[in-house]
Amino acid sequence: MRGQEAREQAGRKALMATLAHAEADEIARLWNEAGLPSEAELLRGPETGLVTVRGRIGGGGAPFNVGEATVTRATVRLPSGQVGHSYALGRDKGKARLAAIADALWQDPAHRETVETKLAAPLRAALNAARETRRVETAATKVDFFTMVRGED
Amino acid sequence: MNIATQSIDGGFADPVFNAQAVFRAVMDAMARPGTVQDLPQLAHPPAPLSATAGAVALSLCDNDTPVWLDPPLQAETPVKAWLGFHTGAPLANTPADAHFALIANPKEMAALDGFAQGTQEYPDRSTTLIFLVDDLASGPSLLLEGPGIEKTSMIAPPGMPRHFVEQWKQNNQRFPRGVDIILAAPGSLACLPRTTRIKTMEA
Amino acid sequence: MYVAVKGGEAAIANAHRLLADRRRGDRSVPALRLNQIVEQLALGVDRVMSEGSLYDRELAALAVVQARGDMIEAIFLVRAYRTTLPRFGYTNPVDTGAMQVERRISATYKDLPGGQVLGPTFDYTHRLLDPELAAGAEVEAPAQRPVEAEAMPRVSAILAHEGLIEADGEMPLDHVPGDITREPLQFPMARDIRLQALSRGDEGFLLALGYSTQRGYARNHPFVGEVRIGEVELELDVPELPFPVPLGSIRVTECQMVNQFKGSAKAPPQFTRGYGLVFGQSERKAMAMALCDRALRAGELGEDVVAAAQDEEFVISHSDNVQATGFVEHLKLPHYVDFQAELGLVRRMRAEYEARQNEDKAAEEKREAAE
Repeated sequence: MRGQEAREQAGRKALMATLAHAEADEIARLWNEAGLPSEAELLRGPETGLVTVRGRIGGGGAPFNVGEATVTRATVRLPSGQVGHSYALGRDKGKARLAAIADALWQDPAHRETVETKLAAPLRAALNAARETRRVETAATKVDFFTMVRGED
Repeated sequence: MNIATQSIDGGFADPVFNAQAVFRAVMDAMARPGTVQDLPQLAHPPAPLSATAGAVALSLCDNDTPVWLDPPLQAETPVKAWLGFHTGAPLANTPADAHFALIANPKEMAALDGFAQGTQEYPDRSTTLIFLVDDLASGPSLLLEGPGIEKTSMIAPPGMPRHFVEQWKQNNQRFPRGVDIILAAPGSLACLPRTTRIKTMEA
Repeated sequence: MYVAVKGGEAAIANAHRLLADRRRGDRSVPALRLNQIVEQLALGVDRVMSEGSLYDRELAALAVVQARGDMIEAIFLVRAYRTTLPRFGYTNPVDTGAMQVERRISATYKDLPGGQVLGPTFDYTHRLLDPELAAGAEVEAPAQRPVEAEAMPRVSAILAHEGLIEADGEMPLDHVPGDITREPLQFPMARDIRLQALSRGDEGFLLALGYSTQRGYARNHPFVGEVRIGEVELELDVPELPFPVPLGSIRVTECQMVNQFKGSAKAPPQFTRGYGLVFGQSERKAMAMALCDRALRAGELGEDVVAAAQDEEFVISHSDNVQATGFVEHLKLPHYVDFQAELGLVRRMRAEYEARQNEDKAAEEKREAAE
């Protein structure tokens, strides 16, 4: 039970992370393709506010406040009763609403599979591809030091 | 799931306008101590938090205002979850850390001077106490005078703290430091700011 | 002293209308779109985010265009905007060790795990203006090099093992990070609060102070242990969820400055550290911040406070360019009554001065006449 609950939470968090990184247009496009329902009662928001970003002194020491970032969040309830939340950087209220509905649908056994395969999987693939491109472009600027060896071996 | 649902339902239906209406009521009540300001039921918090006190909390509390709950409220997980979800306010560890305090049972509450009193430089850093009261007319009468009251004004909330008149006198003496009180009754509220003096108390 | 003066409404309205016109400029030139600024003036946008203390690219871009490219005005606009938003909370501290690195260099270790990665840097360019860029030439796609993922631990973790370098800055466990957006500045202040002020501080001011430490005003022998730029993930604890909610990622620049330290009554000889962390890509700012952070630790490390960069009250009180511009620019406001009072005073002093001069002159003439 413990392990299952932890896996459940990890899966939900992974979906939220994917949605937070995704572009609103892309979420909407995949949503329509998958034919996911978008009917939901708004319980809070969508509303834009700030979070204060924290760092650590020296990278790993005591926390300190760096500055703020805009965040938009929403909470919805589906006609079937599930409550979903979303939080993401930026000010896109449409995205916040859809992401909260996605979180709620994911909790409904009837929709989880569709949310995972038709929405989360393609978003995740695109995100990973973009990250990989950045990684290999960055890697091309890695310095290969070589030492001039003098004398005989 | 039950706690989750209770904590999420019952917020303002129209956050901007509802909060403005409550703010206006609190402001008028603070400006004219002893006057009773009507307030429709705008929030539906879990018991024992009342609709009026809940609406005041939704309007005034946020992530920057630690809130202290008295033991009857502290004991109710749904109340803490509801306040957490709708206001984002952290719970204060002690009364002295609180920007706001919600008191369901003023009769049994700790002394007023245990709450944050502010400093001489920043008297605004004191606790605003929100008392849940049954009404504003059935208790012992409090005759009020001070800024915002032309001559005198009267209010009679039941179930006030022990030795309240004496405690309030001490609160007056700490001026500019001291706490302010919002009396949250069903459908209405009134205020006792720190500048208001209680003249006499009928037996 | 200010005195309410009426009038000028029409002039102000027309001035703002004129401003809007001049901002738009020649209508035959296409108007800038925000995504052009976000994409092509990215480091200017980063500066506005860093000193405006608000991470939001589109808002920063809007501020840049609204301010006609005046960076401090843009920063002012962003600061004003952020006061209108409620705060949802404080994120968990970012883990720069887990950064998706876009640049990472060290001047102290050649072969550090993860290697030295130059990224999109101006370093090694010849600083020659490029006419091809002006002509809108096509730009080739970046080179790519497949790599196996390799961890890039922070250089401080690598240096720590010999015990010759101080640990990351610790605070007592019950220390709640201070917040200058909520509490007024009070001196002396803890290092966490200084770092918050420095992170939003004016780049030029911090750069000049950092430079002054190198030129001998509070010399502290700095080395760049590491500069890294890249994206870090943000997470926020919220009451309604049993796990920290992911918010997405932001780009930051981190600088670990390593400073030789010969020891004092308070600390043994070792390497001490200064730390810089800023929004966006700005290694100049992060480095200047780290130099200032180290200089401001003089008291803590038992060094004599002899230079401006070590003077906490001087540095932190003057590092905020919105405050600075407000106080300097307020001199434009009507000071008519002040000035009238001063005028009266100067007239009187001048009259007294001239009277004294005349007396002296008369006395001298008298003396000369007597001789």
